[in-house]
Amino acid sequence: MTAVRPTPGVPRKYTFPTVERTTLSNGLRIAVARMPRLPLVTVLALVDAGSSYDSAGREGAAALTALALGEGTAKLSGGELVEQFERLGTGFDSGIDWDDAVAQLTVTTERLGAALEMLGEVLTAPAFRPADLERLKSERLAELLQLQAEPRGLANEKFSELLYAPKSRYAKSSAGDRGSVSAITVSDVGAFHRAHYTPSSTTLIFAGDVTMELAVQLAERAFGGWSGLTVAPAIVNDDIAQSGRFGHIVHKADAPQSELRVGHRGVKRNHSDYFPIVVMNALLGGLFSSRINLNLRERNAFTYGASSGFDWRRGAGPFVVATAVKTEVTGPAIREILFEVERMREETMQPDELTLATDYLTGVFPIRYETTRAVAAAIATATVYGLGDDYYTLYRERVRAVTAADVRSAAQHHLHPESMLVVAVGDAASIRESLEALDIGVIQVHGTEGGS
Amino acid sequence: MQISVESYRLANGLLVTLSEDKSAPVVAVNLWYHVGSANERDGRTGFAHLFEHMLFQGSEHVGANEHFELIQRAGGTLNGSTWLDRTNYFETVPSNQLAIALWLEADRMGRLLPAMTQQKLDTQRDVVKNERRWSVDNQPYGTWWERLPALAFPPSHPFHHSLIGSMEDLSDASLDDVAQFFRTYYTPNNAVLTIAGDFDRDEARALIQEYFGAIPRGEDKPPLRPMEVSPRFDGWRREVVEDDVVLPRLFLAFRSPVFGSDGYFSASICAAVLGMRKGSRLYRALVRERQVASEVSAFTFDLSKGSDLLIVDATAHPGISAAELETAVTEEIAGLRIRKISTEEIERVVALIETDLLSTLQSAGERADKLSQFATYFGDAAMVNTQLSRYRDVTADEVNSFVQEFLGDDNRISLVYVPRTTAAA
Repeated sequence: MTAVRPTPGVPRKYTFPTVERTTLSNGLRIAVARMPRLPLVTVLALVDAGSSYDSAGREGAAALTALALGEGTAKLSGGELVEQFERLGTGFDSGIDWDDAVAQLTVTTERLGAALEMLGEVLTAPAFRPADLERLKSERLAELLQLQAEPRGLANEKFSELLYAPKSRYAKSSAGDRGSVSAITVSDVGAFHRAHYTPSSTTLIFAGDVTMELAVQLAERAFGGWSGLTVAPAIVNDDIAQSGRFGHIVHKADAPQSELRVGHRGVKRNHSDYFPIVVMNALLGGLFSSRINLNLRERNAFTYGASSGFDWRRGAGPFVVATAVKTEVTGPAIREILFEVERMREETMQPDELTLATDYLTGVFPIRYETTRAVAAAIATATVYGLGDDYYTLYRERVRAVTAADVRSAAQHHLHPESMLVVAVGDAASIRESLEALDIGVIQVHGTEGGS
Repeated sequence: MQISVESYRLANGLLVTLSEDKSAPVVAVNLWYHVGSANERDGRTGFAHLFEHMLFQGSEHVGANEHFELIQRAGGTLNGSTWLDRTNYFETVPSNQLAIALWLEADRMGRLLPAMTQQKLDTQRDVVKNERRWSVDNQPYGTWWERLPALAFPPSHPFHHSLIGSMEDLSDASLDDVAQFFRTYYTPNNAVLTIAGDFDRDEARALIQEYFGAIPRGEDKPPLRPMEVSPRFDGWRREVVEDDVVLPRLFLAFRSPVFGSDGYFSASICAAVLGMRKGSRLYRALVRERQVASEVSAFTFDLSKGSDLLIVDATAHPGISAAELETAVTEEIAGLRIRKISTEEIERVVALIETDLLSTLQSAGERADKLSQFATYFGDAAMVNTQLSRYRDVTADEVNSFVQEFLGDDNRISLVYVPRTTAAA
């Protein structure tokens, strides 16, 4: 038993799995990261077919297309397809992000060949049967209905809707709203698939107990006959509705808490200040021991937790502070959030605060990549944003290179207290007055219904 | 796949499990205290969980919130969680930081009380009340995980009352309660410590002895109130709840054999045949074919004492009433007796369970938690290595017998959420 704190030993070297790449003759790219420890492989098909490609009035088409991949192929009905995947011990998942679509599975090595053949069919020859699409659309509409009663999701949706200009794709949920989802037809989905799911827009990522030789052999068999045109990159409009300070309440009668979102447009993923911003955000609201969480939770007990984050996309995604606070302290909580954002710009941080963030981000790095799924996802991110295969090798070095001056400069350039959007989902009668006292403009009150 | 397991006991009763795997320079420290909401006294619902919060408020040599800060500075992740019958605390750190994680756990196991103050208790009480608002009161269907155990277990039973606790009971918790709970339940002889991942065996054993060895053994904890219940509900009780929700949702629960027993594996496979993923019977019938549900799943609650529960959780498709949903679910349950569960259906489930288990065990933190779980409930961490073969050994006959015995009309409770009908909604 000792009162003396132990000091760390010598760190053991960690290297992110080496990424090997090749391209098949039809343009399909392959990336392989060997992790031979367990007989397990994650295969992730990354397709340049995210929500940013949705056309106006058909928002949600990218999401619906990705989901519908799992609903059957030319040979198999949806039920049969699911059954076959699951008899291989794997669940097939597909979905979208703003900048990509992902179809993936994790399977034991002995069943990889069979699973990959099915993955090939799913991506290259989906059936898109009308009845299945109608069901997926009705499930999305059910989700939108549920959102009206779910303060967290509702706050996120309203924040984006109010932040971005109506013409920006970012103003609407990536899976679309009631009007746009209802309007999507079977031929829209078929057309989206033909235009965006092509060999040259796809990278097949393997992470786990697999060699490049085997990966290529299996990929040739499953995807070799696939063809399609090259796709022009999406043009992202990330315009905001207006700059300045604005306050909105989404009224939920008698809510015991206010679900808060406070922030503004952030920056593009490929911005050269990425690392200083990541370190700055860790201290502002990224970590448990961050300023915002310690202030709102541990000092004031306003909340169970508060955090901040930049949503990284090809265009400038939102920067947002998120928390849920007891109704009575809604105004004071927002005031503290605004104060902490302001303080981040004005004070240069102490060295031990800086090292809290940099030591955390460098130390936690190997813990983030223990699983095949996490490694495949990391390679996908590097691929989407063209970060290069040495990105993860250099990551910790680049975090360590960030100085207190870099952080302050990042805060001054990328935090904008003068242009804050405040959204509170809560009881308007109880919180309106406290928001009006905050110098965030005239408070507008909305109902909980989704977009048209 | 077999996980390496070495278990031993310190003189003070602390049960230690070491599981080496040097494939990544990462090590997990995991502590299970064999105490949960079941151990709370009357008028103190929610206390086990509030107490978990207090364990991050410092100990004799550690300041408030410093546990979080030191582990995050070390490049680690950490948290704690409270369940009906156990509370766990865990850190995953770079392997050169093992000592600080162990030291922090030992300081709070050995010397928590000098750091406890009224102000810290008051703050955490408010934080927990906000946690309750966030996860239960202001969340659609958020009350299900306190209403279902309340319906499933009689009022005198240790699993009956709310884990997160009532606002009134949280308000009543005092520093005396903290001291008494600590002395009674946070003893080395009521805890299990697991280290999994990259460490040196001799060094780890020496550190454990140095940090934990001198913590005195505590008195044996008081027994729980009687846990035994009838193996079946002996009827079909239901509760209907009006809530701020848009779609009806049904929780249909059956009593089933406790976690780890032979009967448990049949129950677990039956739940998976019914409601694990999209290939399951309920998903195919209710979501894909009949479109009466927008979501459905089935699972066991994994309680190791008294009785476990097999739970079907179904949310209605828009336009479908709670009654229609319940009828559809019960029809499928009844159908199990006509279209019996086949070997092929079991093969699907076992294949999924195998991949899930392998995927989960990639992470040092997950391995450590599983080892602690089996060490806590059964005194045998190595049981983690026999789970898959126990699933594989289950036959269709056994699962169909389980259906006959446990999924009848005489062994049910229904918890039904319906949209509020008042004009104000």
